[in-house]
Amino acid sequence: MAKFKGTVVVNTDRCKGCELCVEACPSHILGMSQHCNTKGYHYVELKDEEACVGCASCGYVCPDACLTIYKVKL
Amino acid sequence: MTAKDIIKPENLVYTKTKIMTDTPMHYCPGCSHGVIHKLISEAIEEMGIQDKTIGVAPVGCAVFAYNYIDIDFQEAAHGRAPAIATAIKRLQPDKCVFTYQGDGDLAAIGTAETIHACNRGENIAIFFVNNAIYGMTGGQMAPTTLEGMKTATCPYGRNTDLYGFPLKISNLLAELDGTCYVTRQSVHKVANIVRAKKAIKKALQNSMDGKGTSVVEFVSTCNSGWKMSPHKANLWMEENMFAKYPLGDLKDTEKKHYEK
Repeated sequence: MAKFKGTVVVNTDRCKGCELCVEACPSHILGMSQHCNTKGYHYVELKDEEACVGCASCGYVCPDACLTIYKVKL
Repeated sequence: MTAKDIIKPENLVYTKTKIMTDTPMHYCPGCSHGVIHKLISEAIEEMGIQDKTIGVAPVGCAVFAYNYIDIDFQEAAHGRAPAIATAIKRLQPDKCVFTYQGDGDLAAIGTAETIHACNRGENIAIFFVNNAIYGMTGGQMAPTTLEGMKTATCPYGRNTDLYGFPLKISNLLAELDGTCYVTRQSVHKVANIVRAKKAIKKALQNSMDGKGTSVVEFVSTCNSGWKMSPHKANLWMEENMFAKYPLGDLKDTEKKHYEK
């Protein structure tokens, strides 16, 4: 059982859909949305909210700084 | 526990620093420039030197850097960023001055300015983004292009008989007496990003302390120029670029500096 629970908030308008965060996520819980943002990119979204531990790996590798990560200790 | 219970200011782990403006960046998706801009902004915020830092933007992909980092910026002619930074730092010695340059800017057209600024030991930090290609103009061969690497102007791969060898300019600069800190970093993985940020902070601190020129090279990707997806470009870089441009500190000395 994970000791932390986290969540990711995506600034969907800033996301360019490069998928670097999808590859960086150690829990493999990020994926691309079916929807497009105003620039026509498929933005990233959290596919499994329960599994996120708030490690912020996605935030570090994001070139466009569009991810905000929150975390609580359980 | 739902996402609403977690999203509270006290639980914040990571977010965009306020020193980065809200302007969307013009870089291609997955470009290393974004991460490096972010790291420089974070370093400036953590050191609390936003009002004391002056950046010099290059010509190249990062030509609009002044739109994204909320500090004083000066745009330089192609390759002349170290010369401009020299003047700024000499006129305002209490400021932290850095240049942000690509490999075409620093290692091709600006080689003379770079080498002489480093040789004079100007108290500036040079952030050098090496992606082995001219990204902005459509992926032409740069001095740093790897042997056998295909670009728009060498479609059969770089032939060293015709075009010479990849230029390891950081190693060259490390030989000069004026430089105090020369390092080679990358920003493709979390651990590398953390190390790169430490290097940026050290370089900016050296500029403030007047220890000499600091050069931080970032081995990075140009997924559009290399015609790969961002993730594949990272893998290609690990496989090919790191063999020619190995990561790590090339020079780190405490240099006694003559007060101007």
